[in-house]
Amino acid sequence: MSAIKPKHQRLVLLVVALAVLIGAGLLAAYALSTQASYFYVPSDLVAKPPEQGRAVRLGGMVERGSIKTMPDGVTINFMVGDGKARVPVRFRGITPELFVEGSGVVAEGRMEGPTFVADNLLAKHDEKYVPREMKDMSKAQAKAVIAETK
Amino acid sequence: MSDPRDPAPKNPGTKKPGLAMWLPLGLFAAFFVLVIWGLVRPANREVESAFIGKPLPAFDLPPASDDRPGLNTTVFSGKPRLLNVFASWCVPCAVESPQLAALAQQGVEIDGVAIRDRKDDVARFLAQNGNPFARIGKDDLSKVQLAIGSSGVPETFVIDGKGVIRYQHIGDIRPEDVPLILRKLAEAGS
Amino acid sequence: MIAEIGLAVLWMAAALAALQLIAGIIALRPKGAQLGTLVRPVAVMQGVLVALAFAALVTLFLTTDLSVKLVADNSHSAKPFIFKLAGTWGNHEGSMLMWVTIMAVAGGIVALVEKRLREDTLIATLAGQAFVSLGFYAFLLLASNPFERLPEPAPEGAGLNPLLQDVGLAFHPPTLYVGYVGLSIAFSFAVGALVTRDVGPAFARAMRPWVLGAWIFLTLGITAGSYWAYYTLGWGGWWFWDPVENASLMPWLAATALLHSCSVLASRNALRAWTVMLGVVAFSMSMVGTFLVRSGILTSVHAFAVDPERGSFILALLAIYIGGALTLFGLRASTVTEGARFSFVSREAALVFNNVMLCGILGIVLLGTLYPLLTEAMGVKVSVGPPYFNPVSAIFAIPMMLVMAVGPLLRWRQDKAGRITWPVAIPALISAAVLLGIVLLAPRVSLLSALGLAIAPGLALASMMPLRGRKLRRTPLATWGMVVAHVGIAVALFGMASESAFSTEKLAAMNPGDSQQVGPWRVTLQGIAPVAGQNWTALDATVAASYDGGEPTMLHPQARTFANPPGNRTESALKTRWNGQLYTVLGEEGEDGRWQMRFWWKPFVPMIWYGGALIALGGLLALLGRVSSEVRRLVATGKIAYRRERQGR
Repeated sequence: MSAIKPKHQRLVLLVVALAVLIGAGLLAAYALSTQASYFYVPSDLVAKPPEQGRAVRLGGMVERGSIKTMPDGVTINFMVGDGKARVPVRFRGITPELFVEGSGVVAEGRMEGPTFVADNLLAKHDEKYVPREMKDMSKAQAKAVIAETK
Repeated sequence: MSDPRDPAPKNPGTKKPGLAMWLPLGLFAAFFVLVIWGLVRPANREVESAFIGKPLPAFDLPPASDDRPGLNTTVFSGKPRLLNVFASWCVPCAVESPQLAALAQQGVEIDGVAIRDRKDDVARFLAQNGNPFARIGKDDLSKVQLAIGSSGVPETFVIDGKGVIRYQHIGDIRPEDVPLILRKLAEAGS
Repeated sequence: MIAEIGLAVLWMAAALAALQLIAGIIALRPKGAQLGTLVRPVAVMQGVLVALAFAALVTLFLTTDLSVKLVADNSHSAKPFIFKLAGTWGNHEGSMLMWVTIMAVAGGIVALVEKRLREDTLIATLAGQAFVSLGFYAFLLLASNPFERLPEPAPEGAGLNPLLQDVGLAFHPPTLYVGYVGLSIAFSFAVGALVTRDVGPAFARAMRPWVLGAWIFLTLGITAGSYWAYYTLGWGGWWFWDPVENASLMPWLAATALLHSCSVLASRNALRAWTVMLGVVAFSMSMVGTFLVRSGILTSVHAFAVDPERGSFILALLAIYIGGALTLFGLRASTVTEGARFSFVSREAALVFNNVMLCGILGIVLLGTLYPLLTEAMGVKVSVGPPYFNPVSAIFAIPMMLVMAVGPLLRWRQDKAGRITWPVAIPALISAAVLLGIVLLAPRVSLLSALGLAIAPGLALASMMPLRGRKLRRTPLATWGMVVAHVGIAVALFGMASESAFSTEKLAAMNPGDSQQVGPWRVTLQGIAPVAGQNWTALDATVAASYDGGEPTMLHPQARTFANPPGNRTESALKTRWNGQLYTVLGEEGEDGRWQMRFWWKPFVPMIWYGGALIALGGLLALLGRVSSEVRRLVATGKIAYRRERQGR
């Protein structure tokens, strides 16, 4: 409750500010390592599945002929594949306009049992004609995807 | 007017802060390095450049629409041409159609490759968005698409008179891209 | 002709900026003092010339002069007037010209009216401002000339994109821009003060109106942007922690901190180095934000014209300005003499605490935004969303709001905690009671929402406490501004917490005639019919919504299809009541002929944006208060000078 010793005030302020900022940095680093959602392609998801319920993103091609609407009219099931593996995805909601069979999609959600439950589907609207993550798929993967989705 | 009025204070408290005052610059430098890396990161560029300067592989595609012939490698002789990889199910392909029409109007010959498409879908797409194409090949298995190093739609290639790929444009052609494509065509023709 | 005049005037303005910089530098040398008299008039001239250049571009757009490339590419003779006007800055070249215009005009105003700052500091400030402008002039004149002519006039313009004809889109980016540029003035002041080691109250008072102005625009820009995203994306959310949104939030956080440390420096002559640092950081964040958005280095849910080359240019400027300023800071900051001291229990200490917390949030947002880039460097792709941003920023935001409630009640320099026991205890009790009520009655509300709901009323009440015992009509406008802005924070907080705690959602496939219950609303799909607009066709749903059995209101969510360029967009339909908003979206038709419909009942959600508006209003009141007292002071000193002169004769 008393005034800080004059000589040290700046030092004290500096130490407090640094401590808070370093604390913020550490906290952020910890939270990022636990809360950031990793990007998977179907073959990775099958090979090394993330723990159940953890938020991740899944990117791949919507297989042709795989979109099935459930009786409630708002839940859809479909397969996302990358040529090597395929993952069943369930989504409840209104699909984005660019979401069509045979094109790329990024689904945000989590694994529940063997199914990927998506909260959100991203089919990008900007000039990136496929989600950027998909651009890095190897040629072989892309080839297989296309062969498969035919 | 120019002399600093405050002489630099020499009290013991400032010694340690002195170093800390450089911390912001250090943080900024780290940020800078990171984004420089982000900007120059290779992304997809190797794949697209790998095919530039290479001749088109030989192919012969059946027609994808009833009023245009199919596409084979022999047409790529004489004048430089554009090869547009598109699909009726791709929205950016429709977005770029005015630019293709503008290019066609300026005398550029454009051939199309329709990827994984159905004839009636293509016909509907062309009826809606105009048909700038001289020929349209139907590439159901994306064979030609992959052979020329295209991994998505739309993409547009500048092919010179000897059938060599001279330029690859990824994504839809925006109005501001048209001059660049015209320049690449002119370069390919010289 | 107008285009040529515009270009010529722009070149002259750039030349004057160069002169302003050189004269400024020479004037600060021991022997060059006489050049100092040149700097002010040159700055004013530069402002006038560049304003003329901007007026020329506006004229070209309003008259749709199709021989100018920029107009032909971005406008159309059939566009409505308002979009012709907005077309001026709705493109890269025009927005750059707008940027330098605001910058130079602001510099001219500083040169005209600023009389309290030491002359050498002012010269250094104007030279700094000229230095910053020169980078943009160079880019404008060498790489993106807005006045370029076409070899032959175009028959018609290419810019009739109906998707871009949106009033929100026309005025939202420039609002943020004005904020960014305002912070560049603060940056110049900070650099000027560092150069002459003149960091004191006069510097803070000179800088404060510019920071306030910029902050008001940023607040409005963020609030409007959030509502726009809420309304147009059709996802029911109002903030997505998307890079584009974060890019506008970060300068706001820094500007908020700067605003508060400025007032400590202005009235108490403390926090000198810190304020200078924040001045640099705030502008850095504007540039970093612009860079992140424009370069396309991060992926965003909002469509945005990106261009890596322009991104590199902004990055180069960023390196020069910010790297330079931070180097100067490293060299000079430890020689800035320490300011006045204060006790742990004092208004200064509370403001320091809030400043540090704001910077903590800023760091967290910046780290979260850049983290995907960082991990990508290591070959791992991640995205960072609300699960990170919400709780981690709350860890800093909640203590900050608690101190925010107490801070304005404390006295400067030194105070006793006991003196403010009662004004603090009442709001604290209210908050505690609300928290208890939520825990008992609605145990499923998440911790963060519960804390938000509890803090909001207490904070609102505590924020009004500084007015107690005052004569309301004689309370300074600046105090009113603070109170209104702080209440605005509480209002927005309540809206956010209520939205996340009490929103109810219903997603269903419906046949015409079907009904659904969403919270207190009974919604009935009455029919779907095609409708046509100017350049779109749409499926239009008629939804009858009745609140708690009352008279039904008709809502019309649509799924629009645009012809040129082709595209689809959902148009959500909203019904606002005093206690919340009903949000309806029309989806697709299923194979069985049923229609996907999505409804949300969001209690008190509009308070988020009302709060934002209140915050901006508070800023405006404070600005008016500062400016009017400044004007009164100028008039008074003028009168005294005049009297003296007369008496002298």
